[in-house]
Amino acid sequence: MNSFDVWVLPALLAWPLVGAALLYLAPASRAKVLALVVSLIEFGISVPLWWRFVPAGGMQFAVAWDWIPAWGIQFHVALDGISLFMVLLTTFLVPLSVLGSWTYITKRERGFYALLLVLTTGMLGVFVSLDLFLFYVMWEVMLIPMYFIIGIWGGDNRIYAAIKFFIYTFLGSLLMLVAILGLYLHAAKTTGQYSFDYDFLLQRSTDLGPVAFWFFAAFFLAFAIKVPMFPLHTWLPDAHVEAPTAGSVILAGVLLKMGTYGFLRFALPFFPQIAMSKTVVAVVVTLSVIGIIYGGLVAMVQPDFKKLVAYSSVAHLGFVMLGIWALTLQSVQGALLVMINHGISTGALFFLAGMLYERRHTRLLDAFGGLARVVPLLAAALTIVSLSSVGLPGTNGFVGEFLILIGAFKTYPVAAIISTTGVIVAAMYLLPALQKIIYNPLAKPENQKLLDLSPRELIVLLPLLAAIIWIGVYPRPFLSRMEPAAQHLIQTVTPATTAAAR
Amino acid sequence: MSLDLSNYADLMRALSPESVLTILAMLVLMIVAWRHRTVTDLRIAGWATLVSIGVTAAVVWWLWWNSTTVEGVAQMIAVDDFRFVTDWIFLGAAALTVLFSFRYLERENLLAPEYYPLLLFAVLGMMLMGGGEDLMVIFLGLELMSISVYVLAGFNRRSPRAAEAALKYFLLGAFASAFLLYGMALIYGATGTTNLSFIGVQVQTLGVAHMPLLLVGIGLLLVGFGFKVAAVPFHMWAPDVYDGAPTPITGFMATGVKAAAFAALFRVVVESLGATGSWHVIIAGLAVATMIGGNLIALAQRSVKRMLAYSSVAHAGYLLVAVVSGGTGSAAFIFYLVAYGITTIAAFALLAAKGKGGESDVRVDDLSGLSTSRPWLALALTVCMLSLLGFPGTAGFMGKWYILVSAVGGGHTGLAIILVLTSVASAGYYLPVVMAMYMKPAAHAEAHASMVFDRVGQAALAVAVAAILWFGIAPGQLFDLSRTSGASLHAAAGMAMDSPAPAPPTTASATGATTAR
Repeated sequence: MNSFDVWVLPALLAWPLVGAALLYLAPASRAKVLALVVSLIEFGISVPLWWRFVPAGGMQFAVAWDWIPAWGIQFHVALDGISLFMVLLTTFLVPLSVLGSWTYITKRERGFYALLLVLTTGMLGVFVSLDLFLFYVMWEVMLIPMYFIIGIWGGDNRIYAAIKFFIYTFLGSLLMLVAILGLYLHAAKTTGQYSFDYDFLLQRSTDLGPVAFWFFAAFFLAFAIKVPMFPLHTWLPDAHVEAPTAGSVILAGVLLKMGTYGFLRFALPFFPQIAMSKTVVAVVVTLSVIGIIYGGLVAMVQPDFKKLVAYSSVAHLGFVMLGIWALTLQSVQGALLVMINHGISTGALFFLAGMLYERRHTRLLDAFGGLARVVPLLAAALTIVSLSSVGLPGTNGFVGEFLILIGAFKTYPVAAIISTTGVIVAAMYLLPALQKIIYNPLAKPENQKLLDLSPRELIVLLPLLAAIIWIGVYPRPFLSRMEPAAQHLIQTVTPATTAAAR
Repeated sequence: MSLDLSNYADLMRALSPESVLTILAMLVLMIVAWRHRTVTDLRIAGWATLVSIGVTAAVVWWLWWNSTTVEGVAQMIAVDDFRFVTDWIFLGAAALTVLFSFRYLERENLLAPEYYPLLLFAVLGMMLMGGGEDLMVIFLGLELMSISVYVLAGFNRRSPRAAEAALKYFLLGAFASAFLLYGMALIYGATGTTNLSFIGVQVQTLGVAHMPLLLVGIGLLLVGFGFKVAAVPFHMWAPDVYDGAPTPITGFMATGVKAAAFAALFRVVVESLGATGSWHVIIAGLAVATMIGGNLIALAQRSVKRMLAYSSVAHAGYLLVAVVSGGTGSAAFIFYLVAYGITTIAAFALLAAKGKGGESDVRVDDLSGLSTSRPWLALALTVCMLSLLGFPGTAGFMGKWYILVSAVGGGHTGLAIILVLTSVASAGYYLPVVMAMYMKPAAHAEAHASMVFDRVGQAALAVAVAAILWFGIAPGQLFDLSRTSGASLHAAAGMAMDSPAPAPPTTASATGATTAR
């Protein structure tokens, strides 16, 4: 075994923490440069994963060290075709977020970048943990940096948004903790072995009996709040609007994916019979479809650009949920792809919203107009990103949503048909917004002297634009890497389901 | 080393920590009697107290290191790991309190070094409570502790609020002691013994169902302990007393005093009442009421001190869950006491440093902007708040987790769910403190200029915060210690059941029963 394979995940988790400590050793004025270097090195460590990953190899790069042996808690991390992309997305977005905050964050820079790096560890930890206790710890640990990022560097109403974000997530996750505990004690009772190991608990979760429903409900609540599913989404617009640009990007790009990732990794494989029972399916699919349509309709009437994007997230994540629950190969792959796409496109939209805000100190759509003539580069970028978010063929957005819809049509035709209108709704909120910002007459004098994208801003946007086109035109490398994992998930969930149906 | 407590030398050996502490406390009292005028005298008394605590802890360690046990059933005083570990907790709480008191007493101009010997006597009482194997020893310890703490609560003679606190504490404390004593008398009447293990034997052989006397006794006993640990609905005194007492003493009351009452309660329910489940529903009800009541009332507080007072009520509720859980509950209890104790004393120390002279209220908003002018203190208080909240990475989380494990393992899933839900509610009052420090601007540039620690206080605070984080990340050793000490309690209970009762319970119980009739 290659030493890279052994050390890559621990290194990815430890390096941002080391970097955060380094920030406090270096002079405060160098904080952002150092943070950029640290996050680029982090990205550099993660890149070889893309090639060294063996699609059919199941869980890879595994490391299992004892942490608290008395309770059977391990530091057990590994990657598969689902988490690989989440890890890469995270390490990809963090340097861009640092660069995107370059001029936006002006007070207490050191603290901001240190928290961003700690947040990186927390997010990566969630995606690679294969020990349920470790997973829970990581899941909570990433709350605190985000809470501070929103609460210290956010907008006027930041304190309200920060505490709402915290309490919503905390409520869900603590109930999940009880469920994890229940699984652990159940396994211990039947086997006499105390362990939080993912595979061990997975095998022992088949004979839970009626209590399984409540465990599932606890996991479901934690993840559904994070996704967020309608009607648990109300923290999201507040958090997004108040968060600084980098906070919004990370929140939309990575944090929301933790919810859907949780469903893929835990809620479905652990409780297939309950997750695929008629009632739960009906509830989830209905809520997803409502989320798609409702998120789009609410986005349509938002005067604030950031809020519009926030509600569009509710719609996009509704597609992901539909794709996961449809449980066909295409739909699951589509869901995974939309998780990536949403990180890229919505991340880019939030960067652009931040750039507009830095220029005009407002996010109201009506304050803009005719920007295409003043800032052509920014306008072009905004157009491409908006079109990808709408799902124009040739961009990444199309591939993912199309896969979900054809996949879901096999299982839930009615839901799929209704959801298709969600794509139209997406055009109905993003295109008018685009029109208001970059077309329309250049009527406002404040808009006439705006500066176009600086080289730094271009560097932030270009990788995202490249990814949008790459996935849109040639998604194969992505799909081939996630296929075995998606296949595996379907196999884990299906036999149990068909057995239940009989 | 195995001790035979009927042998006088062995009994002295078993009692050596208490004896040593008594002698040392007397010595400190003598020093204080000679030198009690200047700040230097105060410091001498403080350091002498720390030395006494250290020596006593070493004596406890000596007993522990030799794995001291008793032959047969322990009389009067228990010799088990549970006692040793709770002793360390009391001594540790006192030591931290002393370290944080140096500057406080000077600032508040409380130049009365009697403060320190009183603290030592209170600890002595606690040690008797934690180790008492006999209802009488527990009661003596309780009174010794309570009377010392009554005086400490009113130590600031110039403050009317401290006087109110002391009086209130004294009246209600006396009331609670009366309940407790009456309960003990009835239990003695029903079983004919005050030895905890023999009560346990009697309870097992006779059963509780046909002994209303015993049931009433147990009920009164629980009421008395409920007062002492400030469980809802017996918590009414706690906020006022905590609010009026000198802040380091508040920290001491919220940890040491509470821990002692809990340790005694634990010993009684495990050793005497282990055979009956009649008290489960009472304690479970108290736990639910305490968790919900404490947390909800804390939400409404604006003064940080009162908020922490109600939060300590809420934590008593979590500890009650450990009491009712049985099994690993005693280990979880020890772990939680350590985590909660360190965190609470540190939080009160930070509050004491912030409080201006004359004990004016520190409101949550008074902490605004602390992170810019005092970043390290803000960080320390944040760690404390997160630990009290039970956030991963802190000792508070591991403690809460351990209680959850034992509650769910003992079949009390409902209590576990209430525990986590009320923990979520507690975020509503712990987080505003963090929020004020980091997210709101200071009222004016000099707002936090007076918040200073002396070197001793800084060192103690650093150690406390490091311990909170260390036990949150690597709880292994503390976990092992609490497991063995928790198990030793159950082992003692089991031994009494097996051993032929040498004492006179049967005849005495007959007379007791006759008298009762």
